[in-house]
Amino acid sequence: MEEIQSLLHGFAVALSLKNVVLMFTGIVLGVIIGVLPGLGGANGVAILLPLTFSMAQTPGGATSAIILLSCIYWGALFGGAITSVLFNIPGEPWSVATTFDGYPLAQQGRAGEALTAAFTSSFVGALIAVIVITFLSPLVASFALEFGPPEFFAVYLLTFCAFIGMSKEPPFKTLAAMMAGFALAAVGTDPVTGALRLTFGSVYLLKGFDFLTAVIGLFGIGEILLSLEEGLSFRGGRAGLNPRVVWQTWKELRRYWATALRSAGLGCFMGVVPGGATPASFMAYGVARRMSPEGAKFGTGKLEGVVAPEVANNAAGTSALLPMITLGVPGSPTAAVLLGGLLIWGLQPGPLLFVEQKEFVWGLIASMYLGNIAGLIVVLTCVPLFAAILRIPFSVIAPIIMVICAIGAYTVANSIFDVWMMVVFGVLGYAFKKLQYPLAPMVLAIVLGDRAESAFRQAMLVSQGDLTVFFSNALVGTMTGLALALLAWPLVSLVFGRLRKR
Amino acid sequence: MKSAIRNAVAALLSAAALVPAAHAWEPAKTVEFIVPAGTGGGADQMARTIQAIVAKNNLMKQSLVVINKPGGAGAEGFLEVKGAKGDPHKIIITLSNLFTTPLATGVPFNWRDLTPVKMMALDQFVLWVNASTPYKTAKEFLAAAKAAGPGKFKMAGTGSKQEDQIITVAIEKQTGVKFTYIPFKGGGDVAVQLVGNHVDSTVNNPIEAVAHWRAGKLRPLCVFDSKRMPYKAKVTDTQSWADIPTCKEQGLDVEYLMLRGIFMPGGVSNDQVKYYLNVLRKVQESADWKDLMERGAFNTTSLEGKEYADWVAREEARHVQLMKSAGFIGSGQ
Repeated sequence: MEEIQSLLHGFAVALSLKNVVLMFTGIVLGVIIGVLPGLGGANGVAILLPLTFSMAQTPGGATSAIILLSCIYWGALFGGAITSVLFNIPGEPWSVATTFDGYPLAQQGRAGEALTAAFTSSFVGALIAVIVITFLSPLVASFALEFGPPEFFAVYLLTFCAFIGMSKEPPFKTLAAMMAGFALAAVGTDPVTGALRLTFGSVYLLKGFDFLTAVIGLFGIGEILLSLEEGLSFRGGRAGLNPRVVWQTWKELRRYWATALRSAGLGCFMGVVPGGATPASFMAYGVARRMSPEGAKFGTGKLEGVVAPEVANNAAGTSALLPMITLGVPGSPTAAVLLGGLLIWGLQPGPLLFVEQKEFVWGLIASMYLGNIAGLIVVLTCVPLFAAILRIPFSVIAPIIMVICAIGAYTVANSIFDVWMMVVFGVLGYAFKKLQYPLAPMVLAIVLGDRAESAFRQAMLVSQGDLTVFFSNALVGTMTGLALALLAWPLVSLVFGRLRKR
Repeated sequence: MKSAIRNAVAALLSAAALVPAAHAWEPAKTVEFIVPAGTGGGADQMARTIQAIVAKNNLMKQSLVVINKPGGAGAEGFLEVKGAKGDPHKIIITLSNLFTTPLATGVPFNWRDLTPVKMMALDQFVLWVNASTPYKTAKEFLAAAKAAGPGKFKMAGTGSKQEDQIITVAIEKQTGVKFTYIPFKGGGDVAVQLVGNHVDSTVNNPIEAVAHWRAGKLRPLCVFDSKRMPYKAKVTDTQSWADIPTCKEQGLDVEYLMLRGIFMPGGVSNDQVKYYLNVLRKVQESADWKDLMERGAFNTTSLEGKEYADWVAREEARHVQLMKSAGFIGSGQ
């Protein structure tokens, strides 16, 4: 068990006083970054990257530097759940699925439980992913190489179809919302011809619609408009301060081990591929809804509906570091910045990093274990504090949220136009909610539409227009087949339902 | 009375400042360092390295902040700098999209809207194939691509109608081979697609593919420069960057280097340009910079002033030529 020996050595590196201090600093910073919408993990890490430059020059310094930066990343992964649960504002794309059950829970005065479930699940997801990285990295890295354009498209197709097939909303409303999202995602540069499209000559539309601006508006501002109409109160106001909430929730969480394991598996798969944490969280939520005996009640505030996406997104976010380290392909925007960091510090990500920079790699892996434990401690101790935010009167908190949202939208690209865009999206979000159209499929399409389109068109270039490329081998064929089956699911169940009634 | 003293002190201070450098201009607030590309790419890495070197060695009193403006193949970043005429608190790093984006998309900007400050380096391009293929030389590879028939060999590259595709078309014009060009988002993805055998070749920058070369997964065939790269330290067990032949040696007469240069908005004063020139010179003298150059096997040609502007003008003319012959000139919307 060479791995265990290397890992123990890694722990020795990561457990120096300096590194432990850096770890906690990183986690706290990360949580703050995760809480502020707009200032995502990628931005946070990028801002701090230059500070680590001189740090990395000292012996063993590169390890300290990556510990600091990766802990910011873990912190942001934890922190992203907080605003999703409390205010229905996902700070990161992969927290969108957490709002489905997390926010209803908070409205019922059970914010503490929802947060505990989210944090604990994050931890479990990350832990399982780190174990996978520790023992299976060579195997997993070569699996990622199997993925060409058709395989990537199949993954995205699977995510979209899973959503339509498993959504609680009427499938046609889901489809309509998703198509609107695709249209928004298409604005900007055509990924294959490089031409501009749908910009109507406007300079502001060049960069397309950023997910964060859309989500801050659709969820954040939309929710506030809705609350305004419903009489200026947060329904979560009754939230009791209960210091024992963590223990009580843990007792209940044990029941969902199967969901957690399934979601972790999905998350690791998506992280390694790298398909990303966002599809992972949506798929895990969809699967949990289908498999759970209480599936029909998902969306009304079930802890299991918080567990599934949170386990999956953290498993994916964590395992996304594996292709970054072994192949130099970042699985997420934050991983892309970390990758830049490695290069600046003079480390070459690639298959040889495990051989040449043993101390660095195992120090990093050890810090994943320790960083997540540190993160769990930090966020769990703050649960009652976070939950208490909901006790602040709406008339005080709403303007603060508005201001934070506006700052968030501005920081995405330092552009005041985005703040106006946020307002427009806010009104759109309000209209969607009033008309009972689901927002999540639209957001999903904005996040993944671009990538799905690129993958599809790349695949078409490769195959010279032959659609059978999506069934050309077992891997891609299985995924495409599964996707189509899921897409047809509502239709099939409708037919069966009718037949049974007779 | 107080204000009289303040005036006197201010006069003294400015007199003192006059002694070392007459009217030396310095930034009065945070300087924005704009990257017209996404995070993690080559331009972004270089900008962040410069930022780190500046911070580490205290080269500027005000801070330097890197901001990514990748929209519209970089048009977003360039338009911002174009619009900031006379603002000395903005600088921008360029890649080839300085020339290609306005030509391909019709977005109205040109390097003449900006003030050239300094060429930092030139980025190399290398023709790579998967190490499991039998092609040992560019000649063999191109012969095989020709034999396979038009469009059968797939070339992956970063972006569309940008440097990688321009080189691909230049190869096609030279040899009569026809590739299917497949655009990906970043250089790292491109390299991995080649390692995974999903495409047949790439023209990755050295820094994008070196890790896989060292791991024995990729094989470099030739470099698109007029002479071999100067770095003689062994990169793999048997080869150094200097061992890679030029494409011209291999009978493929295609040369392409990508500008990594710094510009300011138009309408800034000479003193202001001089200030940044000074800072950037010091950056280039640092050991960290030299490290980066060697790791990425950069061509360290560095120009300033009129020579730099002339070089950019020549390069622009060449890109118009290249883009025109490739049919990449767009009309805008």
